[in-house]
Amino acid sequence: MDINDLRSIATVGSFVVFVSILIWAWNKRKSRDFKEAANLPFAEDAKVARHKKIIAKKGKRK
Amino acid sequence: MNAKANLSTIYDDGVIRQFSIMAVVWGVVGMLVGVVIAAQLVWPELNLGLPWTSFGRLRPLHTNAVIFAFGGSALFASSYYVVQRTCQTRLFAGKLASFTFWGWQAVILAAAISLPLGYTSGKEYAELEWPIDILIAIVWVSYAIVFFGTIAKRKIKHIYVANWFYGAFIITVALLHIVNSAEIPAGFMKSYSAYAGVQDAMVQWWYGHNAVGFFLTAGFLGMMYYFVPKQAERPVYSYSLSIVHFWALIFTYMWAGPHHLHYTALPDWVSSLGMVFSLILLAPSWGGMINGIMTLSGAWHKLRTDPILRFLIVSLSFYGMSTFEGPMMSIKTVNALSHYTDWTVGHVHSGALGWVGLVSMGTLYFLVPRLFGQKQMYSMKAIELHFWMATIGIVLYITALWISGVMEGLMWRAINQDGTLAYTFIESVKAKHPYYIIRLLGGLLYLGSMLVMLWNVIKTATHGKPISILIPAVKAH
Repeated sequence: MDINDLRSIATVGSFVVFVSILIWAWNKRKSRDFKEAANLPFAEDAKVARHKKIIAKKGKRK
Repeated sequence: MNAKANLSTIYDDGVIRQFSIMAVVWGVVGMLVGVVIAAQLVWPELNLGLPWTSFGRLRPLHTNAVIFAFGGSALFASSYYVVQRTCQTRLFAGKLASFTFWGWQAVILAAAISLPLGYTSGKEYAELEWPIDILIAIVWVSYAIVFFGTIAKRKIKHIYVANWFYGAFIITVALLHIVNSAEIPAGFMKSYSAYAGVQDAMVQWWYGHNAVGFFLTAGFLGMMYYFVPKQAERPVYSYSLSIVHFWALIFTYMWAGPHHLHYTALPDWVSSLGMVFSLILLAPSWGGMINGIMTLSGAWHKLRTDPILRFLIVSLSFYGMSTFEGPMMSIKTVNALSHYTDWTVGHVHSGALGWVGLVSMGTLYFLVPRLFGQKQMYSMKAIELHFWMATIGIVLYITALWISGVMEGLMWRAINQDGTLAYTFIESVKAKHPYYIIRLLGGLLYLGSMLVMLWNVIKTATHGKPISILIPAVKAH
């Protein structure tokens, strides 16, 4: 096998992988998980609120 | 409460505070050097006739200071913040994280001393000599250990998309730096590249363009994916798009480098390959920009009242603009006009001042009050002032260089009927003089806006106190 065959295989292989990622990312069944993931930066706030008292106490040291 | 027993329940924010403050300080320093060399282009005598203050030595000092000292510190700070918050765990190997701070400052200091002294390996954005290169590699590998170690001990199953971008940035920069800095020492502070001829040029621009793609893009996209949703108080527009955005960038960026070497000794096919991949890059770049901006969909009114959000969103507009301009300039025929002219410098600065600068400043305005136990920055009016000074400065800067760049390119290629050149080189230099003054004005405004930020950050930090923030996933005792 010629090195160029390997190169072609790598190129086509990468393209197939990329198209699979496209299909996977827009798969309807994943959308609920993604919605949850997108809210990750806020998960923290909800929980922080519960510890608010402690944080307030720590903040007061200033 | 026993501080030591409590340590695992609070975030490791000390190193983030250090990096945040130093990002602002180095921003001022780097931009000041930029203003000095912009003034030297208007009045060449300002080099004072000394070798240490000549343009050729100060220019790499400027680029290294703004990219690696300012941008780098902002990336370290924000990545340590984001990875802890989205993994809900304390930084892995806190001492090593502290080492990355002091190590990185040592690198910056070494650069600030060695570049004016004339020590350089002559590779753009990789000028530092071999002993400093080794220190960079050690710091960077430590950074990777801290970052991925933190991911490994995360309390949240999913790895949030911002961490993917930060992770790609860390891995790729390690790879780029180590490969491009392969050199043979020839004494202390002197080395020769391990590559020769056109291979050396190609390795350098593979590095150079991916420094743009991963240091100045992927890392800051990590910022975007966390701080835009946080500041807008709504999740990112499309999480699916963010995944595709990530992989599309990863698959394409690596191949775009040859567009820096059009019409050189580089084989023609490599040059074409670089051009095609650069054109493809428009798609993921704009996908990412749309994803960031559309996060505000349904809440556009926030832009009117929230100057921090304005920093973030306008930075994305500049990102969109420069990622349209970039692919266009990579087309060989356009490049034939633009290359070696001021247009290139204008393009880089629309990305650097507009995208990287504004997104970092927005992020720091989000971080600083939180790190010092304050609700918001000391002065919101000063943020507003900063925003307008910076934006007007950028617009002055890039329009001046667009005009002078295109003009200069057209003058170089203009020929008389008998085929001789219509203009001498010095005529094109003279024609640029007024635009260099406008560029200097733009730079002064941008530097001034950064001084406003420094004042505001100092005020915020001194009015507040470093606070410890509890990790929510860990039960408080």
